[in-house]
Order: sequence, then structure tokens, then C-alpha cells
Amino acid sequence: MPELPFQQSIATPEPTLTPGFWAPRRIVMAAIAVVLVLWCAISLNWSWLAVERYQVLILRGIWTTSWLLVVTMVLGMLLAIPLGLAQAAGPWWIAAPARAFCGLIRGTPLLLQLWLLYYGFGSLFPSIPWIRESAIWPILRQAWPYAVLALTLSVAGYSGEVMRGAFKGVPYGQLEAAKAMGMPRFTVFRRIWLPQALQRVLPTLGGETVLTLKATPLVATITVVDIYAVSSRIRQDTFVVYEPLLLLAIVYMAIAGVIVLLFRWLESRVPVKTA
Amino acid sequence: MRWGESPPVGPARSIAVQIMTGGALLASTLDLLAFSPPGWGSALLAGLVKSVLIALGAFGLGLLIGIGGAYGKLYGGPVTRDLLAVYTTIVRAVPELVLILILYFALTSSINNLLLTLGFERIQISGFVAGIAVLGVVQGAYATEVLRGAILSVPSGQIEAARAMGMPPLMLAWRVTFPQMLAAAIPGLANLWLIATKDTALLAVVGYAELTLITRQAASTTKAFFTFFMAAGLLYLTISIFSTLLFSRLEAWARRGQVRPGSG
Repeated sequence: MPELPFQQSIATPEPTLTPGFWAPRRIVMAAIAVVLVLWCAISLNWSWLAVERYQVLILRGIWTTSWLLVVTMVLGMLLAIPLGLAQAAGPWWIAAPARAFCGLIRGTPLLLQLWLLYYGFGSLFPSIPWIRESAIWPILRQAWPYAVLALTLSVAGYSGEVMRGAFKGVPYGQLEAAKAMGMPRFTVFRRIWLPQALQRVLPTLGGETVLTLKATPLVATITVVDIYAVSSRIRQDTFVVYEPLLLLAIVYMAIAGVIVLLFRWLESRVPVKTA
Repeated sequence: MRWGESPPVGPARSIAVQIMTGGALLASTLDLLAFSPPGWGSALLAGLVKSVLIALGAFGLGLLIGIGGAYGKLYGGPVTRDLLAVYTTIVRAVPELVLILILYFALTSSINNLLLTLGFERIQISGFVAGIAVLGVVQGAYATEVLRGAILSVPSGQIEAARAMGMPPLMLAWRVTFPQMLAAAIPGLANLWLIATKDTALLAVVGYAELTLITRQAASTTKAFFTFFMAAGLLYLTISIFSTLLFSRLEAWARRGQVRPGSG
């Protein structure tokens, strides 16, 4: 269907860093933003930031949030690829459980899944003697394995659905051509199918990563000390209400910005053939 | 293809273990979920009703903000567009939990300050209203983007024709834009509704007694963690399955008369 040229002028309001970006109104808005930030910096109470104990805690919290994000994204994607493949190309007895798993994860709140794993297994494991005596008990007693598990399953469920679409979107002729060349099945998957699916899914994956970042503060409810838990603790210790929350928002926005830039860079590395 | 993998969790197995080790029988599980007072069934359902009401309110508020935001982004002046871009960017980058805390405290204290300066008594804002307001603001940012895309999918000739006929803007929106954008907007809105129902669980963290918090209270009182969390999960799942069915019927209705759905 031919697009009318009028639609184009409406469809491009996205502000980018082009020469036209610093229009007079933007300079005024930036000035207002700077004044707002200065007012926040001067008139609000940031004295707790100077306490060394809190500085250490904040850095450690940011570190916990970051590794939790990276580990769960990597593990979750490793699970999502077979889940997507099972739904896109598997026989029904593999596709149906995979679809049910994705539906289950996507249909219930992450907080509920997290609490089910932590409180459920946390109350179940101590009652089983051989687990208490095993070497992994000191790890199972801590909270982070449950946080990693819950977040990983969540990423797997959401990204599995995305991967399903990506695997289906690879043109069938590509796979047929590879098959016709006599490529073994796994090589077809490794060389043709997976790379093209991943390439397709890269922009969505960036969004999924930001969504996972936004899900990480939930682990604070099961006593994992991430940046959110640190901020809550500072608020309880010092009775400062807003400032730690503002710091929290800034930290998350900064990490989200890094993720967006990282994926933009990744996307630019992918060669795109434009006709 | 042999590359599929079956789901790695086995909740059914863990229940079996729990039943064997704890000596709890199916009958006692049903007792726990009974509707009469020793059972927690009615409390859970009350929590479910609260969750659904908050989700409905937040979704409705988000829809209103989204319609305003989408029109502002498409037809508003440059300053309006920039401000809306700031709003959607911030809301989509900061975790809902943090936004809920910030807005919860900021909202209540600023309303109270306003009331005090106007010479009224300070009021206690109920968790219900605050939850709807906060989740509505979050939903509004996503709805803005969904509806903006949907409005763009309406052929511009249609809107131009209506303008040429001298239709006032509101009538144009009601008669031309809305009916035609509905089909494109429904999948995105269905997704938003599901997010809204799940985001109500976050209110448990600020202490509002919706389904998830009541479930946790029931579970920690009775020590039957698997029973209650899985019962609540089932309730959430029921909502999501029913709403998915409802929205797909709604989409079929909105697409009636279209030749090839989605082929644009």
C-alpha cells in the first residue's frame, strides 16, 4: 500500500543528535534541567553520600545488580534458544510443553515466582537430610541462587517467545539451500539458522535486557543486597526519604543507558544489506 | 528436529515431595484453601478482586494518559513533544518498583502540602487510590507509544478527507481515527493489560494487601508455601488466559471487514 508523503512528516518526531537538535527551546529546557539538578544537589540532603560505609555499600550494590543482570541474561538466553526452537520447529510433544512454560512464566508475576522459589524451596530443603549434608548446602542457604534461578526462568520465558518468532522469521529458502548443499542439521542450525535469528532479534533483545534490569530490584525482597536494598537500608538508617530514591533512579537510568548504547553498537556491527 | 528442551522446573514433583515428607494430604491442602474462616480461600479471592480492580483502574488511567500523550506526540508543539519524550523515556528506564516508591511518597506528601497550604486537613491517601495513580502513570507511558503507533497506522488520507469535510477534531477522532486504529492498537493494549495485572503484585512491596501479599501472609502463617503460591499463580494465570481470549475476540471484532489482517 503506497504511503502518502504527508505521513512521513508526522512520523519523524524522534529527536536525534542532528545539528537541528539544539533548537532554542531545547537550550531553554536544558537550562531548566540544569537548574533543577543544581537545586536538587544544593537544597536536598546528600550528606549520607559522604559516609564511607555507605559508599562501599552503594558500589557493592551496583556490582550485585550488574552481575545479576549479566548472568541471568546469558543463562536465560541459553534456555530461550532451545525453547524458541522447540516452539518454532519441534514436534508437538516438545512444542506444547515449551509453549506451556512460556505461558506460565509470562502469565504470573515475577514477584510471585521469586517468592515461590525462595520461600517454597527454602522451607523444603532444610527438611531433607541429604541436602543439608551435601556440599552445596552452604550455597542453597543463601538467597542469591533463588534470585538467579527466578530471573533466569523469567528471561527464558519472555525471550523464548521472542526467539520463536525469530526462528520462524528466517526465510525457509535459506534452510533449504543449506540442506541442499548437504550440510548436517546441526551445522545448518549453527551457521545459518541461529545467526540470522539472533540478528533479527537484536533490537528486541535490547528491550528485554532493560526489562530484566527493571525486574532486578525485586530480588531485594528475598534479602539479596542489590542497589535497591542498599538504598532502602540507607533510608531506614538515616530517615532521609527522597534522596536515596533519586540516586536509585539515576543509577538505573545510567545502567539502562549503557545497555541501550551497547546494543546500538552491537547492531551497528551487524552488516545490513540495503537494496 | 531434536533440539527442543522440556521445561526445567518441576513444581508437580516438589509438591509430591512436600506431600510425602510433610505428611500433608490432599484433603488438608483443600482445607487450607477452603472458603470458611480456617481456610484462606475467601481471603485470596478478596485479594484477587482488589488486584483486578487496581489493574482495571490503572489500565483505564493509562489509556487516558496514553490517548493524550499520543496526540501530543503526533500533533503537539515541539515543547509538548520533548516533554512527552522525557516522560516516556524516564518511565521506561526506571524500575516500576522505584517509581512506585517515588510517586507514592511524592504524591501523598505533595497532595498533603497542597491541602495544608489551602487550609484543609491533611488526608490519608488510601493504598488503593495511590496504587491506581502510580501504576496508571507507568501504564500511560507505554500506552502513549502503543497508541502513537496505532494512530500512525490509520491512512492519512482518511483523516485529511474528514478534515476537508470540516469535521471538528473531537468528532474526527471519535468517528474516523479511533475505529480504524483499534485493530492496530489492540495487541499492544492486550499486552499492557497483562502487564498491569502483573504489576499490581509490586504493590505488595509497599505493603498494600493485594493478592500476592495476602498469599504471602497465608503461606507464612500456615507454612504451606507451595500450596498458596501455586494457588495464587493459578489465579493470575486464569486472568491472563481469559483476557488473552477476550482480547483476541475483540481484535477479530475490530478487524471485521478488513481484507487481509496485518498485511498493511
